[in-house]
Amino acid sequence: MTVAGSVSHIEEPVDRPAIPAADATEEKPLLSASGVSKFYGSRIGCEDVSIDIWPGEVLAVVGESGSGKTTLLNCISTRLMPTTGTVTYRMRDGQTRDLYRMGEAERRFLMRTDWGFVHQNPADGLRMTVSAGANVGERLMATGARHYGDIRATAGDWLGRVEIAEDRIDDQPRAFSGGMRQRLQIARNLVTGPRLVFMDEPTGGLDVSVQARLLDLLRGLVTDLGLAVVVVTHDLAVARLLSHRMVVMKDGRVIETGLTDRVLDDPRAPYTQLLVSSILQA
Amino acid sequence: MTMQPTDLATYNFAYLDEQTKRMIRRAILKAIAIPGYQVPFASREMPMPYGWGTGGVQVTASIIGPDDTLKVIDQGADDTTNAVSIRAFFAKVAEVSTTTSTADATIIQTRHRIPEEKLGEGQILVYQVPIPEPLRFLEPRETETRKMHALEDYGLMHVKLYEDIARNGHIATTYAYPVKIEGRYVMDPSPTPKFDNPKMDQSEALQLFGAGREKRIYAVPPYTSVVSLDFEDYPFEVNRFDQPCALCGAEGVYLDEVVLDDRGGRMFVCSDTDHCEKRRAAGHKGTMAGGEIGQ
Ligand SMILES: Nc1ncnc2c1ncn2[C@@H]1O[C@H](COP(=O)(O)OP(=O)(O)O)[C@@H](O)[C@H]1O
Ligand SMILES: [Mg+2]
Repeated sequence: MTVAGSVSHIEEPVDRPAIPAADATEEKPLLSASGVSKFYGSRIGCEDVSIDIWPGEVLAVVGESGSGKTTLLNCISTRLMPTTGTVTYRMRDGQTRDLYRMGEAERRFLMRTDWGFVHQNPADGLRMTVSAGANVGERLMATGARHYGDIRATAGDWLGRVEIAEDRIDDQPRAFSGGMRQRLQIARNLVTGPRLVFMDEPTGGLDVSVQARLLDLLRGLVTDLGLAVVVVTHDLAVARLLSHRMVVMKDGRVIETGLTDRVLDDPRAPYTQLLVSSILQA
Repeated sequence: MTMQPTDLATYNFAYLDEQTKRMIRRAILKAIAIPGYQVPFASREMPMPYGWGTGGVQVTASIIGPDDTLKVIDQGADDTTNAVSIRAFFAKVAEVSTTTSTADATIIQTRHRIPEEKLGEGQILVYQVPIPEPLRFLEPRETETRKMHALEDYGLMHVKLYEDIARNGHIATTYAYPVKIEGRYVMDPSPTPKFDNPKMDQSEALQLFGAGREKRIYAVPPYTSVVSLDFEDYPFEVNRFDQPCALCGAEGVYLDEVVLDDRGGRMFVCSDTDHCEKRRAAGHKGTMAGGEIGQ
């Protein structure tokens, strides 16, 4: 398995991948986390994490269960206030803003226009009791779309892009399989054309064959749309297939960062070596 | 409603004590100052069950004075048990005069209708509200709905309308049709038919809403914009009726269907009984007026 637009020729230790994305020429990261720590009381969620996410790159956050992946993802996506550290984001207008100094209204707007968040459990990211069409259309309506016909047409178009038959547009996700729900959640997030999507174990709850199809779809969408993605996964195969670059976490800290192929083929930290040799994956 | 007149004799004017009335008046003033915003208040037990309009009754009790004239309607009618009981309650505890005539009332407490006769300055319409939160049906978390109001985050309202159209081919919501107040807060107009929504817009009368069980008061001050939510290609429309009132011949009013017999006989008559009676007194006649039903 190699990533489309292979990055294996890149010299080490370049921390920034050469991605054939639309705005790869941008000189600044899209999102930048610096010294981010989150403590749950005396327990460490994540500690002193600094990472950059570049436009159009897919960054995988890997590590065993409890290593702090979800905590980090939530901290950088403003879903969980870090105990210390800063997270900045380069807005569409080019200005870099401190996410935790933004007003709540502006942050919500950012989250539903320029960002997406894909939950492991689709029920956490969908409205289970409204139709697929309304699920996809919600962000449009939340940002001012007021033409029913247009909203419906756009929703139908997006259902097609995530391989859901258009005649399911009026069905509720309750009637969908796990894989369909996850694809619907993805469509719901992508409809506003976000630049950055966060995903927490997006294939986690799915059967292996369904996982493969979803990963395939995700990879296609990410490439087509030039999305930047931060994907949390404990599954190195997912990281291998989707990501350009990865960070390895252990006990809340980042212990290794690098291009995905390099980390997986030539892990440096002893812990990563164990992880890659599957000893810890059982 | 079971009320012992002997019990009431010991109560303060309009039943509630002055402390409580002041508390409710403060909530009302705040509600007027922030049109459409739901103000929490410490709802009191009233000598009637929730669902009988305890929120409206507390609002009325807090604003009524000895010189007021009270009208109470339930679905437009002055003579239902609920309306009669509430009217009798205030006649007893506040010794105010009561009326069924819209024009003569200074305070009109209502469940489910706005009178057909245009309200004027100085009149107050008090709505009995069962569920004040328009976002509730899709977002049950109170913490979240509060935040949505605070951030003017109302996409969900259109999700509901979208679902309506997707399911029914048109916006099928006919009651409690959501409105936006003065371009800011989205509000549930209580279970009035959407037919009445346009009457709320730029009304000369003050409109107060009391939800007893939910402990919320909200308001639409006089001359305030009240806009019914809709889509560009599915604009808001009021209910239409194919025929005029069978008793008074009125058109462009809200009609109730009345079943006449068990053989499918039915007629449509004004839901606003006062309006209908006045028209008939003025000589207007519908197709069934004067017959065995219209007497
Ligand atoms: N809400 C919470 N309260 C207390 N401890 C938590 C909470 N969430 C996570 N943790 C702890 O923080 C650490 C990191 O958890 P998490 O970020 O969920 O890891 P991962 O996603 O890698 O499995 C774990 O020790 C976990 O028990
Ligand atoms: Mg996790």
